[in-house]
Formats: sequence, structure tokens, C-alpha cells
Amino acid sequence: MLSNRIIPCLDVHSGRVVKGVNFVNLIDAGDPVEQAKAYEKQGADELVFLDITASSDERAIMHDVVERTASECFMPLTVGGGIRTLDDIRAMLNAGADKVSLNTSAIEEPELIKQAASKFGNQCIVVAIDGKQCSPGKWEVYSHGGRKNTGMDALKWAQQVTNFGAGEILLTSMDADGTKDGYDLPLTRAISEAVSIPVIASGGAGTLEHLKSAFHEGKASAVLAASIFHFGTYTIKQAKESLRDAGIAVRL
Amino acid sequence: MPAPKKKERPRLAVIDYGMGNLRSVLKGWNQVGADAYLANEPDAIASADAVVLPGQGAMVDAMRRLKETGFDRVIRDWVAADKPFFGICLGLQALFEHSEEGDCAGLGIFEGSVRRFDIDATLKVPHMGWNSVTFSREAPLTEGFESGVDQFYFVHSYHIVPTNPSIIWFETDYGVRFASGVQHGRCFATQFHPEKSQSKGLQLYANFLLCL
Repeated sequence: MLSNRIIPCLDVHSGRVVKGVNFVNLIDAGDPVEQAKAYEKQGADELVFLDITASSDERAIMHDVVERTASECFMPLTVGGGIRTLDDIRAMLNAGADKVSLNTSAIEEPELIKQAASKFGNQCIVVAIDGKQCSPGKWEVYSHGGRKNTGMDALKWAQQVTNFGAGEILLTSMDADGTKDGYDLPLTRAISEAVSIPVIASGGAGTLEHLKSAFHEGKASAVLAASIFHFGTYTIKQAKESLRDAGIAVRL
Repeated sequence: MPAPKKKERPRLAVIDYGMGNLRSVLKGWNQVGADAYLANEPDAIASADAVVLPGQGAMVDAMRRLKETGFDRVIRDWVAADKPFFGICLGLQALFEHSEEGDCAGLGIFEGSVRRFDIDATLKVPHMGWNSVTFSREAPLTEGFESGVDQFYFVHSYHIVPTNPSIIWFETDYGVRFASGVQHGRCFATQFHPEKSQSKGLQLYANFLLCL
């Protein structure tokens, strides 16, 4: 049986972890590679690096981080943030990323999804969708890190990116993000049921109960979480054990 | 007769035919004691102790590249001579006669085809993530694994359907029970990615090296 995945996410700025784990025993807690290794040890199913570096000349630093991580971790690694062209994608995959996540660039140029999927395979193209509720049961897509309302319907966009060849959707609820009040379950469920590809729920996880409902009620294939793991509230193993006890298939 | 001595750091030719990044494949093998290198042209595999055929992306592209580079011929010869071989993902699917993906011919080393998952619509395709494999007690290279328990990382939308069930090494359930690994003589291939499957995946690579 396919396991439901737990994916920790690290925000990386200029090669350093901004929001990171408070693991003890790390020689350098700001080093993404150290953090990645710690998560691998805990049994994370995959890892996401979100590159929040603003300038493109710092992209080389991210390549180096990805390269070092891929040399030491034997788990799937997704990199998102500022990836705009086929060359950007190629460079990140060559550095050792298994998947790249596209957001604003996919909105501005949907052809990019098609081209990237046919060139590199759909398995490595994740489309990140930032959704915000506009009326009950309706969500709109935001671009530019949540700053710009595109006016596009989130469900329709999700179906479109699926048809364009995305292999997976990373769905963040802007309403829930940062609240620790739980994932936006209606949004997660609506998107999961609307598309044939896996959906990763993101934004709002504060408790292990939240992870459970993302799978049970949200019908997500995976959950992305940052703060509940970073601050040492729970380990990945604890999270998985609690999911297993709730009858949710996980890898332990 | 004394048991054959295990080779120290066996040389593994990882075929580089432009289908994806091979860094983690190389690292994975080297981590467990191989001397893995990228082979960019058919002659480069001649001196290897084993050949690894990785690959991700579209089957049509993979087959075109294998033909253009001439690797198609040397792989057939290598496997026909029962020299050690390990295929990963597309490197498994390419061994069969035909794929529904792009309706293209494969290497035809094994009889059978590659088909798209035709399963309940509530199950997502690609089959992406960690899933367990089952195997028989006699299955080679399975020392240290528990059938139906240990999990590996998968990402694929098509699966193989071997004509001859005796080559099935591993099986996995995802809406359908499909062959997730094949083995014939010293030819091994998996649908999952051992190099992405943390310690369990590396263990499988290590077990393969022991048989060289």
C-alpha cells in the first residue's frame, strides 16, 4: 500500500536556513545540509527547499546547497523559489534536485509547464498553487509569493496544470498559512478531488491532529510542514506513529 | 571449491544517455563500496564489472537516445551474455518489447509490455511515494529485507507486464498488483529508485555488489 508522505520544508536564504529545526547536536544549525540529514534520520519521506533568495546571482549558492545535500541524502529533494526558465530547471536538476516547483513562472507562462514536463518528465515538475478563499467554496490563485491576485479560479488552474503535464501540486492555503490552526481542508479536498495527480497540502499545520485531517478529510497524498517540526514540537517519527495509530498508512 | 572472492570496489558503468541527472545514482553505488562511473559511449562499458541502466522521463526519448548512442546493442549483448546488470525505473521498462507510452518499441530483452496504470480514479497517477514490495523466499539479493514491510521510493505512471511470470522479482500493490522488479540470471531491475530509498535502497545496492 502506498504510504502517505510527510515532507518537511526548509526556507533557505543565501545558502542558510532561515526557519529551521531546533535540533540539538547539529554542528551548524543554519546549514541546510545538516538539517536535511537530520530530517532524513528522522524518517522524512521527502524534503523541500524553498529558496527565498531574492537576487538571481545568489542562485549559484542554492545550486551548491542542493549539490551538497544530494551528495549526502538519499531521498527525493524538491527545490522551489525563483525558477523561471527551462535553463533554471535544468541547472537545478543537474545540481541534484529530483523535482522543481514552479509558481509565478507557470502562471505567467503556462507553456513552461508543458515544455518542462516533456523535456524532463512530469515526475519532476511540481506546480505550487497559492490559494485564497474569495467566497464560500471558491478560491483564487495568487502569484508573486502571495502578493498578487491573478483572479484565476484555483480548481480550474489545478486542472489546467494537470493537463499541461505537472506531476504533482503543492497546494498552499494563504488563509491558513502561518495560523497553526490546521490546513484548509475544504480547499485541499476540492483540489485533490478535482485532479488525478498527487496533491501536497501546505499551510497551517500546528498539531498532529491537523496532519490526520489533511489525509482523512482533505484527501491529500502528502503533507508539507515546517514549524511543527522545526521547533521540535514533534519529530517526524512521532507524527508518523500518530498517523499510523489513526489508521493512516505511513512508512515507519 | 572455494567460494569466489568478492571483488573490492567493483567498477560499475552507469549509462549516461541524457535521461536525467545521475549524480544520486553514482553516489548511491559509491556509498556502498562500488567504483561507479558515467559511461557516455558504448565502448566505456567494456571494462566494467557491471552495468547500470538508470533513467527517468519519457520512454520514447529514452529509446531514441539508446539507439542514437548505440547503447541499445551493447546492452542487449551484455544481458544476453549474463553479465551483471541493474536497471532502474525507465531502465527496467526499456527492457521490454513495447511501451504504451508513446507507443514505442523497447529493447525487447524480456517478453511483455509497459502499460499505463488503469486503476480506480481515486488513486493518483503518477504512483508517487513510498510503497512496499513482496518477494518469495528464494528471491535473490533480499537478505536483510522483509517481504511486504520494507518500502522503497516510486515515481511512475506506467508499469511493466511481463509475459513470463518467472522473471518477477518484486511485486507491489497500487490499485493493481504489478511487477516492481524483475530478475533473470544476473540481470536485475527495479521500478523503484533504490538511490532515493534511504538505507533500504542502499542495502539493495550493497546486496547486488556482493553477487559480483
